[in-house]
Amino acid sequence: MKDTDKKRVLREMLFARRFEERCYEAYVERNIGGFLHLYPGEEACAFGVLEAAKPGHDYVITSYRDHVHAIKSGSDPKKVMAELFAKETGVSKGRGGSMHIFDVANRFMGGYALVGGPFPLAAGIAKGIQMQGGDEICICFLGDAANNQGTFHESLNMAKIWNLPVLYVCENNLYGIGTRIDRSTAVIDQYKRVSGYNIPSAQEDGQDFDLVYKAANKAIKHVRAGKGPYFLELMTYRYRGHSMSDSNAYRAKTEERMWSGRDPVIMLRDRLIESGALTLDEYKEMDTAILDEIEDEVIRYAAESPEPHMSEVEKFVLAENDPWVKGGVQ
Amino acid sequence: MADIMMWEAIMRAHDEEMANDPMVIAMGEDIGVVGGTYKATMGLYDKYGEQRVIDTPISENGYTGLGIGASFLGVRPIIEIMSVNFAWLAMDQIFNTAAKVRYMSGGQLQAPVVIRSPGGTAHQLGSQHSARMEKVFMGVAGLRVVTPSNPRQAYGLLKSAVRCNDPVFINEHELMYNMRGDVSEEEYFHPLEGSEVAREGKDVTLFGYNISVHWCLKAAGLLSKHHGIEAEVVDLFALSPLDREGIRNSVSKTHRAVIVEEAEPAVGVGAEVMAIINEECFFELDAAPVRVSALNVPIPYNHAMEKAALPDENDVVQAVRNMFGI
Ligand SMILES: Cc1ncc(C[n+]2csc(CCOP(=O)(O)OP(=O)(O)O)c2C)c(N)n1
Ligand SMILES: [Mg+2]
Repeated sequence: MKDTDKKRVLREMLFARRFEERCYEAYVERNIGGFLHLYPGEEACAFGVLEAAKPGHDYVITSYRDHVHAIKSGSDPKKVMAELFAKETGVSKGRGGSMHIFDVANRFMGGYALVGGPFPLAAGIAKGIQMQGGDEICICFLGDAANNQGTFHESLNMAKIWNLPVLYVCENNLYGIGTRIDRSTAVIDQYKRVSGYNIPSAQEDGQDFDLVYKAANKAIKHVRAGKGPYFLELMTYRYRGHSMSDSNAYRAKTEERMWSGRDPVIMLRDRLIESGALTLDEYKEMDTAILDEIEDEVIRYAAESPEPHMSEVEKFVLAENDPWVKGGVQ
Repeated sequence: MADIMMWEAIMRAHDEEMANDPMVIAMGEDIGVVGGTYKATMGLYDKYGEQRVIDTPISENGYTGLGIGASFLGVRPIIEIMSVNFAWLAMDQIFNTAAKVRYMSGGQLQAPVVIRSPGGTAHQLGSQHSARMEKVFMGVAGLRVVTPSNPRQAYGLLKSAVRCNDPVFINEHELMYNMRGDVSEEEYFHPLEGSEVAREGKDVTLFGYNISVHWCLKAAGLLSKHHGIEAEVVDLFALSPLDREGIRNSVSKTHRAVIVEEAEPAVGVGAEVMAIINEECFFELDAAPVRVSALNVPIPYNHAMEKAALPDENDVVQAVRNMFGI
């Protein structure tokens, strides 16, 4: 990857970081309600994988920690923020919220709140791709704790026997809410768990964009070539609590410090500075510009957008005027 | 007209819809090579191949979710869940995804899946194979629920369900797959909403659905013969949404209502129809509506106890006699 591309990625990752931090503030200001799960610390996972994929062409599906995956898939950050502000202009028209970002035009197939729910949906999307005969793949991002759901095992098994073009990416941040992985899970290395389904897998440092990108390229090549599913485990860490209601008291400060010393944005930044492609001043300018953009465009758009019409509260429950409900047009 | 069995009607609907649209697929346990536990997919595997007639692993939530995900891309899966009791394991995907995805995506995604499953109690299959779960499905927004009482409905409902853009749950019955009935040779699409008057009458309305329509019809015959009471039988082939207008029209005519359901009474079809009667036409009533339901027990294995736990035509007759004080 060229340094100019890496600089672009750095800007995107920093934008994602600042976007999420601004969500935190907007939540405190009560502009965002409900559950809010933030992504800082894990950026190299989504960016490394999706940089290697074809966002907008490949299908992406994930959990409730979904803002950044949608933005990297092509969603307009203004419309993602408007969704969090519950506005009609939001990607999901204010009906979804933080955990249910959908942007089907960009093939971002949704954020889902049930842990493990997207596993079979991803396999199904891959089945659809297979039937249509295209070269797309489906990429499913989920957490480590989700692998203790039955859907993990059921979906891997089906993806393998039907040779489906699906890449499962496990963002292993070592915790499911406050339960550390070794207290909930018999096998710590998640990539080993898929060997029971005869699916190729790999484990990679999820803080290092370059390494994730490289591992993802290999994984995606495999899936796109029609060789069936692949499982990629990325070791990462979230800086904040699980959601806004999480006190985050269960993690040792030494552990948190260790991981913040391996910040994915800073690591990529320093590498670019070292290679001479970037100066610290340039980076600071970039950051200022991002903060301005988020305030002046993203937040402003969300704040000034209209609420949904209450007369439409019953819209989208069922299809509108579907002729087959009446037995077709005979 | 052809006089065929219920399973043949369902099989024919599959066949026609699969021939019509290459994106229609069938999936479920033992539906392919074997042709289905109740033969409803017989012959399809040989005709359409294993990519479209899919024998699934025993992973109800997994393959239901897979079908739902495929439907996001325009695939039209007809998913057979071998017995409705096993559908409990797929509730997560049915309720949390299929029923909600259109709404929570602001109308961007839809899940046009058909999930068919035999509900109802057969003969001595014991507690874990005798659930009647229609009430569970009909209580959730975003899902259509239909339930055929004869081969014509089974055929036409499945055909419309495949083409409809909503997720549709079709509640079939283990005891009814060999039931015969006329189905037109011409292609037919049954509406997914509404109700049918299965027998005209003026003195009392018997509301039934699926197997209980047949208890109602038998009871109506007995009531006419022995008591001179002419019962109207209304077939609620659509359980969600229920046909408020059809319910109101019949009760406004007969002024009396008995709802007959195979399930336990609580939170069921009877309760819901009564609520609708209250809301729609309370002042038309000449008597308090009653429901005829199963006992509130897990279904016993012992044959006599099993029979005692379930309603039949005699219970319907008795309920009407009580209502008329005869
Ligand atoms: C089926 C289900 N069970 C429990 C929860 C509550 N819950 C939400 S997130 C979570 C932890 C998931 O952890 P992981 O899969 O590792 O993802 P992470 O949040 O760490 O990204 C739990 C228990 C839920 N949303 N869904
Ligand atoms: Mg986790």
